[in-house]
Amino acid sequence: MLRDITLGQYYPADSVIHKLDPRVKLSAAMIYIISLFCCKGIAAFFAATVFLITVIKLSKVPFQFMVKGLKAIVVLMLLTAVFNLFLTPGKPLVSFLIFTITEEGLKNAVFMAVRLTYLILGTSVMTLTTTPNGLTDGLEKSLSPLNKIGVPVHVIAMIMSIALRFIPILIEETDKIMKAQMARGADFETGNLIRKVKNMIPLLVPLFVSAFRRADELAMAMEARCYNGGEGRTKMKPLRYQAKDRIAYLILFGYFAAVIVCRIFLPWPA
Amino acid sequence: MSIILDKVNYVYGEGTAYQTQALSDINLELKDGQFIGIIGHTGSGKSTLIQHLNGLIKATSGAIYFNGQDIYDEDFDLRELRNRVGLVFQYPEHQLFETTIFDDVCFGPKNQGLSKGEAGLRAFEALRSVGMPESLYYQSPFDLSGGQKRRTAIAGVLAMKPEVLILDEPTAGLDPAGRDEILDLIAAMHKERGMTVILVSHSMEDVAKYVERIIVMNQGRVMYDDAPKEVFRHYKELESVGLAAPQVTYLMHELKERGLNVNTEATTVLEAYESLLGVLRKGRA
Ligand SMILES: Nc1ncnc2c1ncn2[C@@H]1O[C@H](COP(=O)(O)OP(=O)(O)OP(=O)(O)O)[C@@H](O)[C@H]1O
Ligand SMILES: [Mg+2]
Repeated sequence: MLRDITLGQYYPADSVIHKLDPRVKLSAAMIYIISLFCCKGIAAFFAATVFLITVIKLSKVPFQFMVKGLKAIVVLMLLTAVFNLFLTPGKPLVSFLIFTITEEGLKNAVFMAVRLTYLILGTSVMTLTTTPNGLTDGLEKSLSPLNKIGVPVHVIAMIMSIALRFIPILIEETDKIMKAQMARGADFETGNLIRKVKNMIPLLVPLFVSAFRRADELAMAMEARCYNGGEGRTKMKPLRYQAKDRIAYLILFGYFAAVIVCRIFLPWPA
Repeated sequence: MSIILDKVNYVYGEGTAYQTQALSDINLELKDGQFIGIIGHTGSGKSTLIQHLNGLIKATSGAIYFNGQDIYDEDFDLRELRNRVGLVFQYPEHQLFETTIFDDVCFGPKNQGLSKGEAGLRAFEALRSVGMPESLYYQSPFDLSGGQKRRTAIAGVLAMKPEVLILDEPTAGLDPAGRDEILDLIAAMHKERGMTVILVSHSMEDVAKYVERIIVMNQGRVMYDDAPKEVFRHYKELESVGLAAPQVTYLMHELKERGLNVNTEATTVLEAYESLLGVLRKGRA
Protein backbone atom coordinates (compact mmCIF):
# COMPACT_ATOMS: atom_id res chain seq x y z
CA MET A 1 0.00 0.00 0.00
CA LEU A 2 2.73 2.42 1.00
CA ARG A 3 4.84 1.33 -1.89
CA ASP A 4 2.58 2.71 -4.58
CA ILE A 5 4.23 6.11 -4.52
CA THR A 6 5.96 6.41 -7.87
CA LEU A 7 6.84 10.06 -8.14
CA GLY A 8 10.59 10.32 -8.01
CA GLN A 9 11.08 6.61 -8.45
CA TYR A 10 14.00 5.59 -10.54
CA TYR A 11 13.67 2.75 -13.04
CA PRO A 12 17.07 1.25 -13.81
CA ALA A 13 17.64 0.46 -17.47
CA ASP A 14 20.38 0.78 -20.02
CA SER A 15 19.21 3.43 -22.46
CA VAL A 16 20.38 6.58 -24.21
CA ILE A 17 18.05 8.67 -22.08
CA HIS A 18 19.42 7.20 -18.86
CA LYS A 19 22.94 8.07 -19.91
CA LEU A 20 22.25 11.71 -20.70
CA ASP A 21 23.61 14.35 -18.36
CA PRO A 22 20.98 15.11 -15.70
CA ARG A 23 21.20 18.80 -16.62
CA VAL A 24 20.02 17.98 -20.13
CA LYS A 25 17.05 16.10 -18.74
CA LEU A 26 16.19 18.88 -16.32
CA SER A 27 16.22 21.48 -19.09
CA ALA A 28 14.36 19.13 -21.38
CA ALA A 29 11.58 18.66 -18.83
CA MET A 30 11.33 22.41 -18.37
CA ILE A 31 11.33 23.22 -22.07
CA TYR A 32 8.82 20.47 -22.72
CA ILE A 33 6.45 21.92 -20.13
CA ILE A 34 6.81 25.38 -21.62
CA SER A 35 6.26 24.00 -25.10
CA LEU A 36 3.05 22.31 -23.98
CA PHE A 37 1.63 25.64 -22.98
CA CYS A 38 2.76 27.25 -26.22
CA CYS A 39 1.01 24.57 -28.23
CA LYS A 40 -1.84 25.78 -30.35
CA GLY A 41 -3.50 23.70 -33.00
CA ILE A 42 -3.33 20.09 -34.03
CA ALA A 43 0.05 20.36 -35.71
CA ALA A 44 1.82 21.59 -32.57
CA PHE A 45 0.22 18.89 -30.45
CA PHE A 46 1.25 16.35 -33.04
CA ALA A 47 4.86 17.49 -32.63
CA ALA A 48 4.60 17.23 -28.83
CA THR A 49 3.15 13.73 -29.12
CA VAL A 50 5.85 12.51 -31.49
CA PHE A 51 8.56 13.96 -29.24
CA LEU A 52 7.12 12.35 -26.12
CA ILE A 53 6.58 8.93 -27.68
CA THR A 54 10.08 8.91 -29.13
CA VAL A 55 11.62 9.76 -25.79
CA ILE A 56 9.54 7.15 -23.94
CA LYS A 57 10.51 4.50 -26.51
CA LEU A 58 14.18 5.43 -26.23
CA SER A 59 14.09 5.33 -22.42
CA LYS A 60 13.19 1.60 -22.37
CA VAL A 61 10.96 2.17 -19.34
CA PRO A 62 7.83 0.02 -19.63
CA PHE A 63 4.82 2.17 -20.38
CA GLN A 64 2.90 0.89 -17.35
CA PHE A 65 5.37 2.67 -15.04
CA MET A 66 4.69 5.97 -16.77
CA VAL A 67 0.95 5.54 -16.46
CA LYS A 68 1.18 4.93 -12.71
CA GLY A 69 1.90 8.60 -12.11
CA LEU A 70 -1.23 9.51 -14.06
CA LYS A 71 -3.56 7.72 -11.66
CA ALA A 72 -2.85 10.31 -8.99
CA ILE A 73 -4.17 13.17 -11.12
CA VAL A 74 -7.20 11.54 -12.72
CA VAL A 75 -9.57 13.49 -10.47
CA LEU A 76 -7.84 16.76 -11.15
CA MET A 77 -7.96 16.07 -14.85
CA LEU A 78 -11.67 15.24 -14.84
CA LEU A 79 -12.44 18.40 -12.87
CA THR A 80 -10.52 20.63 -15.26
CA ALA A 81 -12.13 18.96 -18.23
CA VAL A 82 -15.65 19.38 -16.82
CA PHE A 83 -15.11 23.03 -15.90
CA ASN A 84 -13.65 23.81 -19.29
CA LEU A 85 -16.42 21.95 -21.03
CA PHE A 86 -19.31 23.76 -19.39
CA LEU A 87 -17.99 27.13 -18.38
CA THR A 88 -16.28 28.39 -21.52
CA PRO A 89 -18.38 31.03 -23.28
CA GLY A 90 -18.66 30.85 -27.06
CA LYS A 91 -20.65 29.30 -29.88
CA PRO A 92 -23.16 26.81 -28.39
CA LEU A 93 -22.80 23.25 -29.64
CA VAL A 94 -25.39 21.36 -27.59
CA SER A 95 -27.46 22.52 -24.67
CA PHE A 96 -29.67 20.69 -22.20
CA LEU A 97 -31.33 22.01 -19.04
CA ILE A 98 -29.03 24.74 -17.81
CA PHE A 99 -25.88 23.26 -19.30
CA THR A 100 -24.39 24.43 -22.52
CA ILE A 101 -21.42 22.94 -24.25
CA THR A 102 -19.70 25.35 -26.55
CA GLU A 103 -17.31 24.65 -29.36
CA GLU A 104 -14.55 26.52 -27.54
CA GLY A 105 -15.35 24.63 -24.35
CA LEU A 106 -14.96 21.27 -26.04
CA LYS A 107 -11.69 22.34 -27.58
CA ASN A 108 -10.34 23.70 -24.31
CA ALA A 109 -11.36 20.58 -22.40
CA VAL A 110 -9.62 18.25 -24.82
CA PHE A 111 -6.46 20.32 -25.12
CA MET A 112 -6.22 20.82 -21.36
CA ALA A 113 -6.57 17.09 -20.68
CA VAL A 114 -3.91 16.33 -23.25
CA ARG A 115 -1.60 18.99 -21.79
CA LEU A 116 -1.91 17.67 -18.26
CA THR A 117 -1.34 14.09 -19.37
CA TYR A 118 1.76 15.02 -21.36
CA LEU A 119 3.03 17.16 -18.51
CA ILE A 120 2.91 14.25 -16.07
CA LEU A 121 4.32 11.78 -18.59
CA GLY A 122 7.11 14.17 -19.56
CA THR A 123 8.23 14.78 -15.98
CA SER A 124 7.87 11.06 -15.17
CA VAL A 125 10.31 10.24 -17.96
CA MET A 126 12.82 12.54 -16.31
CA THR A 127 12.42 11.13 -12.78
CA LEU A 128 12.25 7.52 -13.97
CA THR A 129 15.47 7.75 -15.94
CA THR A 130 17.56 9.83 -13.53
CA THR A 131 18.74 8.69 -10.10
CA PRO A 132 17.82 11.03 -7.26
CA ASN A 133 21.51 11.70 -6.80
CA GLY A 134 21.88 12.55 -10.46
CA LEU A 135 19.00 14.98 -10.20
CA THR A 136 20.42 16.83 -7.23
CA ASP A 137 23.88 16.88 -8.82
CA GLY A 138 22.35 18.36 -11.93
CA LEU A 139 20.46 20.96 -9.94
CA GLU A 140 23.51 21.86 -7.92
CA LYS A 141 25.61 22.39 -10.99
CA SER A 142 22.94 24.29 -12.89
CA LEU A 143 22.24 26.56 -9.95
CA SER A 144 25.86 27.04 -8.90
CA PRO A 145 26.02 30.61 -10.32
CA LEU A 146 23.61 31.54 -7.53
CA ASN A 147 26.45 30.85 -5.09
CA LYS A 148 27.86 34.23 -6.02
CA ILE A 149 24.83 36.03 -4.61
CA GLY A 150 25.01 34.06 -1.38
CA VAL A 151 22.57 31.23 -1.99
CA PRO A 152 23.95 28.08 -0.28
CA VAL A 153 23.42 25.88 -3.33
CA HIS A 154 25.53 23.00 -2.10
CA VAL A 155 23.72 22.83 1.23
CA ILE A 156 20.33 22.87 -0.46
CA ALA A 157 21.40 20.12 -2.84
CA MET A 158 22.75 18.03 0.03
CA ILE A 159 19.53 18.43 2.00
CA MET A 160 17.55 17.43 -1.06
CA SER A 161 19.58 14.34 -1.81
CA ILE A 162 19.43 13.18 1.81
CA ALA A 163 15.69 13.76 1.94
CA LEU A 164 15.17 11.83 -1.31
CA ARG A 165 17.40 9.06 -0.07
CA PHE A 166 15.42 8.71 3.14
CA ILE A 167 11.91 8.58 1.72
CA PRO A 168 12.05 4.88 0.79
CA ILE A 169 13.87 4.04 4.02
CA LEU A 170 11.21 5.69 6.13
CA ILE A 171 8.44 4.02 4.15
CA GLU A 172 10.04 0.66 4.78
CA GLU A 173 10.50 1.48 8.45
CA THR A 174 6.83 2.42 8.79
CA ASP A 175 5.90 -0.89 7.23
CA LYS A 176 8.05 -2.81 9.71
CA ILE A 177 6.83 -0.93 12.78
CA MET A 178 3.23 -1.42 11.71
CA LYS A 179 3.82 -5.14 11.44
CA ALA A 180 5.59 -5.37 14.79
CA GLN A 181 2.68 -3.60 16.50
CA MET A 182 0.06 -5.60 14.63
CA ALA A 183 1.79 -8.72 15.92
CA ARG A 184 0.99 -7.41 19.40
CA GLY A 185 -2.64 -6.88 18.54
CA ALA A 186 -2.53 -3.22 17.47
CA ASP A 187 -5.37 -2.16 15.21
CA PHE A 188 -4.82 0.55 12.61
CA GLU A 189 -8.00 0.15 10.63
CA THR A 190 -11.21 0.13 12.65
CA GLY A 191 -12.80 2.68 15.00
CA ASN A 192 -13.82 6.31 14.67
CA LEU A 193 -11.45 9.14 13.89
CA ILE A 194 -10.34 9.85 17.47
CA ARG A 195 -9.68 6.17 18.11
CA LYS A 196 -7.77 5.90 14.87
CA VAL A 197 -5.57 8.84 15.79
CA LYS A 198 -4.94 7.38 19.22
CA ASN A 199 -4.11 4.03 17.66
CA MET A 200 -1.41 5.73 15.59
CA ILE A 201 0.69 6.50 18.67
CA PRO A 202 2.37 3.04 18.75
CA LEU A 203 3.36 3.66 15.13
CA LEU A 204 4.41 7.29 15.28
CA VAL A 205 6.56 7.20 18.41
CA PRO A 206 8.99 4.52 17.16
CA LEU A 207 8.99 6.12 13.72
CA PHE A 208 10.05 9.51 15.04
CA VAL A 209 12.53 8.01 17.44
CA SER A 210 14.14 6.07 14.63
CA ALA A 211 14.09 9.03 12.23
CA PHE A 212 15.89 11.22 14.75
CA ARG A 213 18.32 8.47 15.58
CA ARG A 214 19.09 7.97 11.91
CA ALA A 215 19.58 11.68 11.37
CA ASP A 216 21.93 11.79 14.33
CA GLU A 217 23.91 8.80 13.14
CA LEU A 218 24.15 10.14 9.62
CA ALA A 219 25.43 13.48 10.86
CA MET A 220 27.99 11.71 12.96
CA ALA A 221 29.08 9.43 10.13
CA MET A 222 29.47 12.45 7.84
CA GLU A 223 31.53 14.31 10.39
CA ALA A 224 33.64 11.25 11.06
CA ARG A 225 34.54 11.38 7.38
CA CYS A 226 35.44 15.03 7.61
CA TYR A 227 32.47 16.48 5.79
CA ASN A 228 32.38 20.22 6.32
CA GLY A 229 30.17 21.65 3.64
CA GLY A 230 30.71 22.45 -0.01
CA GLU A 231 33.77 24.67 0.33
CA GLY A 232 36.59 23.23 -1.74
CA ARG A 233 34.76 19.95 -2.18
CA THR A 234 35.34 18.15 -5.47
CA LYS A 235 33.26 15.44 -7.05
CA MET A 236 34.27 11.90 -7.81
CA LYS A 237 32.22 11.97 -11.00
CA PRO A 238 31.95 15.61 -12.05
CA LEU A 239 29.23 16.36 -14.58
CA ARG A 240 30.66 17.08 -18.02
CA TYR A 241 28.74 17.57 -21.23
CA GLN A 242 29.51 15.03 -23.92
CA ALA A 243 28.73 14.75 -27.59
CA LYS A 244 25.42 13.00 -26.96
CA ASP A 245 24.37 15.75 -24.57
CA ARG A 246 25.05 18.40 -27.20
CA ILE A 247 23.06 16.45 -29.76
CA ALA A 248 20.24 16.13 -27.25
CA TYR A 249 20.21 19.91 -26.76
CA LEU A 250 20.08 20.39 -30.54
CA ILE A 251 17.13 18.03 -30.88
CA LEU A 252 15.43 19.74 -27.97
CA PHE A 253 15.75 23.19 -29.50
CA GLY A 254 14.70 21.82 -32.85
CA TYR A 255 11.56 20.45 -31.27
CA PHE A 256 10.83 23.72 -29.49
CA ALA A 257 11.29 25.67 -32.70
CA ALA A 258 8.93 23.28 -34.47
CA VAL A 259 6.23 23.88 -31.88
CA ILE A 260 6.61 27.66 -32.22
CA VAL A 261 6.52 27.47 -36.01
CA CYS A 262 3.37 25.32 -35.87
CA ARG A 263 1.82 27.78 -33.47
CA ILE A 264 2.45 30.73 -35.77
CA PHE A 265 1.75 29.19 -39.16
CA LEU A 266 -0.66 26.29 -38.51
CA PRO A 267 -2.75 27.31 -35.54
CA TRP A 268 -5.73 25.24 -36.66
CA PRO A 269 -8.18 24.73 -34.89
CA ALA A 270 -7.33 27.85 -32.95
CA MET B 1 -3.37 -29.17 15.54
CA SER B 2 -0.78 -27.44 13.42
CA ILE B 3 0.13 -24.77 10.93
CA ILE B 4 0.30 -25.99 7.36
CA LEU B 5 1.80 -24.10 4.45
CA ASP B 6 0.75 -25.25 1.03
CA LYS B 7 2.79 -24.08 -1.98
CA VAL B 8 3.38 -20.64 -0.55
CA ASN B 9 5.04 -18.09 -2.83
CA TYR B 10 5.88 -14.53 -1.99
CA VAL B 11 7.10 -11.75 -4.24
CA TYR B 12 8.21 -8.36 -2.89
CA GLY B 13 7.33 -5.33 -4.97
CA GLU B 14 5.32 -7.19 -7.57
CA GLY B 15 5.01 -5.22 -10.77
CA THR B 16 7.87 -2.82 -10.01
CA ALA B 17 11.43 -2.67 -11.23
CA TYR B 18 12.68 -4.16 -7.99
CA GLN B 19 10.66 -7.34 -7.94
CA THR B 20 12.19 -10.11 -5.79
CA GLN B 21 10.88 -13.59 -5.30
CA ALA B 22 11.45 -14.08 -1.56
CA LEU B 23 9.71 -17.44 -1.16
CA SER B 24 9.17 -20.19 -3.74
CA ASP B 25 6.80 -23.10 -3.28
CA ILE B 26 7.11 -23.56 0.47
CA ASN B 27 5.37 -26.67 1.79
CA LEU B 28 5.63 -27.17 5.53
CA GLU B 29 3.75 -28.67 8.40
CA LEU B 30 4.54 -27.16 11.79
CA LYS B 31 3.11 -29.51 14.40
CA ASP B 32 1.97 -28.42 17.84
CA GLY B 33 4.54 -28.60 20.59
CA GLN B 34 7.59 -28.78 18.36
CA PHE B 35 10.75 -26.78 18.91
CA ILE B 36 11.80 -25.79 15.41
CA GLY B 37 14.90 -23.97 14.22
CA ILE B 38 15.06 -22.04 10.96
CA ILE B 39 18.50 -21.33 9.54
CA GLY B 40 19.64 -19.87 6.25
CA HIS B 41 22.02 -17.30 4.86
CA THR B 42 21.20 -13.60 4.88
CA GLY B 43 18.35 -12.88 2.51
CA SER B 44 17.22 -16.49 2.22
CA GLY B 45 13.67 -15.61 3.21
CA LYS B 46 13.53 -16.55 6.90
CA SER B 47 11.95 -13.33 8.12
CA THR B 48 9.55 -13.32 5.21
CA LEU B 49 8.51 -16.90 5.95
CA ILE B 50 7.74 -16.35 9.62
CA GLN B 51 5.69 -13.24 8.94
CA HIS B 52 3.34 -15.44 6.95
CA LEU B 53 2.63 -17.59 9.97
CA ASN B 54 0.57 -14.95 11.75
CA GLY B 55 -0.88 -13.36 8.65
CA LEU B 56 1.21 -10.18 8.62
CA ILE B 57 2.18 -10.85 5.03
CA LYS B 58 -0.30 -12.30 2.59
CA ALA B 59 1.19 -14.94 0.33
CA THR B 60 1.27 -14.03 -3.36
CA SER B 61 -0.03 -17.52 -4.03
CA GLY B 62 -0.62 -20.63 -1.97
CA ALA B 63 -2.56 -21.33 1.20
CA ILE B 64 -1.90 -21.41 4.93
CA TYR B 65 -4.02 -23.41 7.37
CA PHE B 66 -4.09 -22.75 11.08
CA ASN B 67 -5.67 -25.68 12.91
CA GLY B 68 -7.36 -26.67 9.70
CA GLN B 69 -8.79 -23.24 8.88
CA ASP B 70 -7.65 -21.28 5.85
CA ILE B 71 -6.28 -18.03 7.26
CA TYR B 72 -7.03 -16.15 4.04
CA ASP B 73 -10.75 -16.92 4.34
CA GLU B 74 -13.05 -13.90 4.40
CA ASP B 75 -14.37 -14.67 7.86
CA PHE B 76 -11.12 -15.79 9.45
CA ASP B 77 -10.19 -13.55 12.39
CA LEU B 78 -6.58 -12.50 11.82
CA ARG B 79 -6.37 -10.63 15.11
CA GLU B 80 -7.29 -13.79 16.95
CA LEU B 81 -4.56 -15.59 15.03
CA ARG B 82 -2.03 -12.96 16.11
CA ASN B 83 -3.08 -13.44 19.73
CA ARG B 84 -2.27 -17.10 19.47
CA VAL B 85 0.85 -16.88 17.32
CA GLY B 86 3.29 -14.48 18.97
CA LEU B 87 6.08 -13.03 16.85
CA VAL B 88 9.18 -11.28 18.17
CA PHE B 89 10.77 -9.25 15.40
CA GLN B 90 14.41 -9.08 14.47
CA TYR B 91 14.82 -5.45 15.55
CA PRO B 92 13.23 -4.62 18.89
CA GLU B 93 13.41 -0.87 18.22
CA HIS B 94 10.44 -1.35 15.94
CA GLN B 95 7.96 -1.91 18.70
CA LEU B 96 8.94 0.07 21.81
CA PHE B 97 6.88 3.24 22.14
CA GLU B 98 5.44 3.70 25.64
CA THR B 99 6.77 6.02 28.33
CA THR B 100 7.81 3.14 30.57
CA ILE B 101 8.98 -0.38 29.94
CA PHE B 102 6.19 -1.75 32.06
CA ASP B 103 3.47 0.02 30.05
CA ASP B 104 5.07 -1.13 26.85
CA VAL B 105 4.89 -4.77 27.89
CA CYS B 106 1.23 -4.20 28.88
CA PHE B 107 0.37 -3.14 25.33
CA GLY B 108 -0.13 -6.67 23.98
CA PRO B 109 -2.25 -8.02 26.84
CA LYS B 110 -4.40 -4.86 26.79
CA ASN B 111 -5.05 -5.35 23.09
CA GLN B 112 -6.20 -8.85 23.96
CA GLY B 113 -8.95 -7.25 26.02
CA LEU B 114 -7.53 -8.00 29.46
CA SER B 115 -8.22 -5.62 32.35
CA LYS B 116 -5.53 -3.24 33.54
CA GLY B 117 -4.81 -5.36 36.58
CA GLU B 118 -4.51 -8.59 34.66
CA ALA B 119 -2.36 -6.99 31.99
CA GLY B 120 -0.09 -5.65 34.72
CA LEU B 121 0.28 -9.08 36.24
CA ARG B 122 1.16 -10.57 32.90
CA ALA B 123 3.69 -7.82 32.24
CA PHE B 124 5.28 -8.32 35.63
CA GLU B 125 5.61 -12.03 35.10
CA ALA B 126 7.01 -11.66 31.59
CA LEU B 127 9.55 -9.01 32.55
CA ARG B 128 10.77 -11.10 35.43
CA SER B 129 11.11 -14.19 33.31
CA VAL B 130 13.32 -12.44 30.74
CA GLY B 131 15.55 -11.31 33.56
CA MET B 132 14.98 -7.55 33.52
CA PRO B 133 16.03 -5.99 36.82
CA GLU B 134 13.04 -4.52 38.60
CA SER B 135 14.70 -1.14 38.98
CA LEU B 136 14.29 -0.60 35.23
CA TYR B 137 10.55 -1.31 34.97
CA TYR B 138 9.52 2.32 35.14
CA GLN B 139 12.21 3.78 32.93
CA SER B 140 11.85 4.85 29.35
CA PRO B 141 12.46 1.97 26.92
CA PHE B 142 14.50 4.29 24.73
CA ASP B 143 17.22 4.65 27.35
CA LEU B 144 17.98 0.94 27.42
CA SER B 145 20.94 -0.86 25.93
CA GLY B 146 20.41 -3.00 22.86
CA GLY B 147 20.26 -6.23 24.84
CA GLN B 148 17.81 -4.79 27.37
CA LYS B 149 15.61 -3.51 24.56
CA ARG B 150 15.54 -6.99 23.12
CA ARG B 151 14.52 -8.49 26.45
CA THR B 152 11.75 -5.94 26.75
CA ALA B 153 10.55 -6.74 23.26
CA ILE B 154 10.52 -10.46 24.01
CA ALA B 155 8.64 -9.82 27.26
CA GLY B 156 6.10 -7.78 25.29
CA VAL B 157 5.22 -10.85 23.27
CA LEU B 158 5.53 -13.39 26.10
CA ALA B 159 3.02 -11.37 28.13
CA MET B 160 0.40 -12.27 25.54
CA LYS B 161 0.85 -15.96 26.37
CA PRO B 162 0.83 -17.18 22.78
CA GLU B 163 0.42 -20.84 21.87
CA VAL B 164 3.05 -20.55 19.18
CA LEU B 165 6.09 -18.38 19.81
CA ILE B 166 8.21 -17.24 16.89
CA LEU B 167 11.50 -15.48 17.52
CA ASP B 168 13.51 -13.81 14.75
CA GLU B 169 17.14 -13.90 15.87
CA PRO B 170 16.33 -13.26 19.52
CA THR B 171 19.94 -13.45 20.64
CA ALA B 172 21.50 -10.90 18.30
CA GLY B 173 23.11 -8.22 20.44
CA LEU B 174 23.17 -10.26 23.63
CA ASP B 175 26.30 -11.34 25.52
CA PRO B 176 26.94 -15.11 25.84
CA ALA B 177 25.44 -15.27 29.33
CA GLY B 178 22.36 -13.31 28.26
CA ARG B 179 21.99 -15.48 25.19
CA ASP B 180 21.98 -18.70 27.20
CA GLU B 181 19.59 -17.16 29.70
CA ILE B 182 17.03 -16.21 27.06
CA LEU B 183 17.31 -19.49 25.19
CA ASP B 184 17.06 -21.52 28.40
CA LEU B 185 13.97 -19.54 29.32
CA ILE B 186 12.40 -20.27 25.95
CA ALA B 187 13.32 -23.94 26.21
CA ALA B 188 11.77 -24.10 29.67
CA MET B 189 8.53 -22.56 28.43
CA HIS B 190 8.48 -24.99 25.57
CA LYS B 191 8.79 -27.84 28.02
CA GLU B 192 6.41 -26.61 30.72
CA ARG B 193 3.63 -25.11 28.68
CA GLY B 194 4.03 -27.31 25.62
CA MET B 195 4.35 -24.14 23.57
CA THR B 196 5.37 -24.49 19.93
CA VAL B 197 8.57 -22.53 19.42
CA ILE B 198 10.09 -21.43 16.13
CA LEU B 199 13.56 -20.00 16.42
CA VAL B 200 15.29 -18.17 13.59
CA SER B 201 19.00 -18.09 14.19
CA HIS B 202 22.38 -17.73 12.58
CA SER B 203 24.09 -19.69 15.34
CA MET B 204 24.40 -23.37 14.58
CA GLU B 205 25.40 -24.04 18.19
CA ASP B 206 22.17 -22.53 19.52
CA VAL B 207 20.06 -24.39 17.03
CA ALA B 208 21.81 -27.72 17.62
CA LYS B 209 21.50 -27.38 21.37
CA TYR B 210 17.82 -26.59 21.63
CA VAL B 211 15.73 -27.59 18.65
CA GLU B 212 14.34 -30.94 17.60
CA ARG B 213 13.84 -30.04 13.96
CA ILE B 214 15.75 -27.77 11.60
CA ILE B 215 14.43 -26.08 8.50
CA VAL B 216 17.22 -24.87 6.23
CA MET B 217 16.27 -22.07 3.86
CA ASN B 218 18.22 -21.33 0.72
CA GLN B 219 17.20 -18.67 -1.80
CA GLY B 220 13.56 -18.75 -0.79
CA ARG B 221 13.28 -22.53 -0.83
CA VAL B 222 13.35 -25.18 1.85
CA MET B 223 16.65 -26.99 1.37
CA TYR B 224 16.51 -29.44 4.30
CA ASP B 225 13.82 -30.12 6.86
CA ASP B 226 14.89 -32.75 9.35
CA ALA B 227 16.33 -33.54 12.78
CA PRO B 228 19.59 -31.68 13.59
CA LYS B 229 21.71 -34.82 13.24
CA GLU B 230 20.39 -35.50 9.76
CA VAL B 231 20.77 -31.90 8.64
CA PHE B 232 24.31 -31.48 9.93
CA ARG B 233 25.34 -34.68 8.19
CA HIS B 234 25.19 -32.52 5.05
CA TYR B 235 27.72 -30.09 6.43
CA LYS B 236 29.56 -29.88 3.12
CA GLU B 237 26.41 -28.79 1.31
CA LEU B 238 25.59 -26.36 4.10
CA GLU B 239 28.97 -24.75 3.63
CA SER B 240 28.31 -24.30 -0.06
CA VAL B 241 25.30 -22.11 0.76
CA GLY B 242 27.14 -20.01 3.30
CA LEU B 243 26.21 -21.96 6.42
CA ALA B 244 28.14 -24.36 8.60
CA ALA B 245 27.68 -27.17 11.08
CA PRO B 246 28.38 -26.64 14.80
CA GLN B 247 32.06 -26.48 15.72
CA VAL B 248 31.95 -29.83 17.50
CA THR B 249 30.76 -31.56 14.36
CA TYR B 250 33.96 -30.47 12.63
CA LEU B 251 35.99 -31.51 15.62
CA MET B 252 34.43 -34.95 15.65
CA HIS B 253 35.01 -35.44 11.94
CA GLU B 254 38.62 -34.39 12.39
CA LEU B 255 39.14 -36.79 15.28
CA LYS B 256 37.60 -39.60 13.30
CA GLU B 257 39.96 -38.93 10.40
CA ARG B 258 42.88 -39.11 12.78
CA GLY B 259 41.79 -42.56 13.86
CA LEU B 260 39.71 -41.98 16.98
CA ASN B 261 36.44 -43.86 16.70
CA VAL B 262 34.16 -41.10 17.93
CA ASN B 263 30.54 -40.46 17.03
CA THR B 264 30.55 -37.95 14.16
CA GLU B 265 26.87 -37.27 14.64
CA ALA B 266 27.42 -35.37 17.85
CA THR B 267 26.08 -31.83 17.42
CA THR B 268 26.33 -30.43 20.94
CA VAL B 269 29.27 -30.13 23.28
CA LEU B 270 27.62 -32.49 25.72
CA GLU B 271 27.13 -35.23 23.14
CA ALA B 272 30.69 -34.80 21.95
CA TYR B 273 31.95 -34.99 25.49
CA GLU B 274 30.10 -38.24 26.18
CA SER B 275 31.21 -39.83 22.95
CA LEU B 276 34.84 -38.84 23.54
CA LEU B 277 34.74 -40.06 27.11
CA GLY B 278 33.34 -43.39 25.97
CA VAL B 279 36.07 -43.84 23.37
CA LEU B 280 38.84 -42.86 25.77
CA ARG B 281 37.56 -45.18 28.51
CA LYS B 282 37.39 -48.03 26.04
CA GLY B 283 40.90 -47.24 24.88
CA ARG B 284 42.21 -47.45 28.40
CA ALA B 285 40.34 -50.62 29.29
N1 LIG C 1 10.48 -4.97 2.47
C1 LIG C 1 11.10 -5.56 1.46
N2 LIG C 1 10.99 -5.09 0.20
C2 LIG C 1 11.60 -5.68 -0.84
N3 LIG C 1 12.35 -6.78 -0.74
C3 LIG C 1 12.50 -7.32 0.48
C4 LIG C 1 11.89 -6.74 1.65
N4 LIG C 1 12.22 -7.49 2.72
C5 LIG C 1 13.00 -8.48 2.25
N5 LIG C 1 13.18 -8.38 0.92
C6 LIG C 1 13.96 -9.32 0.07
O1 LIG C 1 13.44 -10.63 0.25
C7 LIG C 1 14.48 -11.56 0.41
C8 LIG C 1 14.31 -12.31 1.72
O2 LIG C 1 14.47 -11.43 2.80
P1 LIG C 1 14.31 -11.85 4.34
O3 LIG C 1 14.26 -10.59 5.14
O4 LIG C 1 13.19 -12.78 4.46
O5 LIG C 1 15.70 -12.60 4.60
P2 LIG C 1 16.26 -13.25 5.93
O6 LIG C 1 16.48 -14.69 5.63
O7 LIG C 1 15.40 -12.92 7.09
O8 LIG C 1 17.68 -12.55 6.08
P3 LIG C 1 18.47 -12.11 7.42
O9 LIG C 1 19.17 -13.32 7.91
O10 LIG C 1 19.44 -11.09 6.92
O11 LIG C 1 17.48 -11.54 8.39
C9 LIG C 1 15.77 -10.78 0.30
O12 LIG C 1 16.27 -10.97 -1.01
C10 LIG C 1 15.40 -9.35 0.52
O13 LIG C 1 16.20 -8.51 -0.27
MG1 LIG D 1 15.62 -11.72 8.79
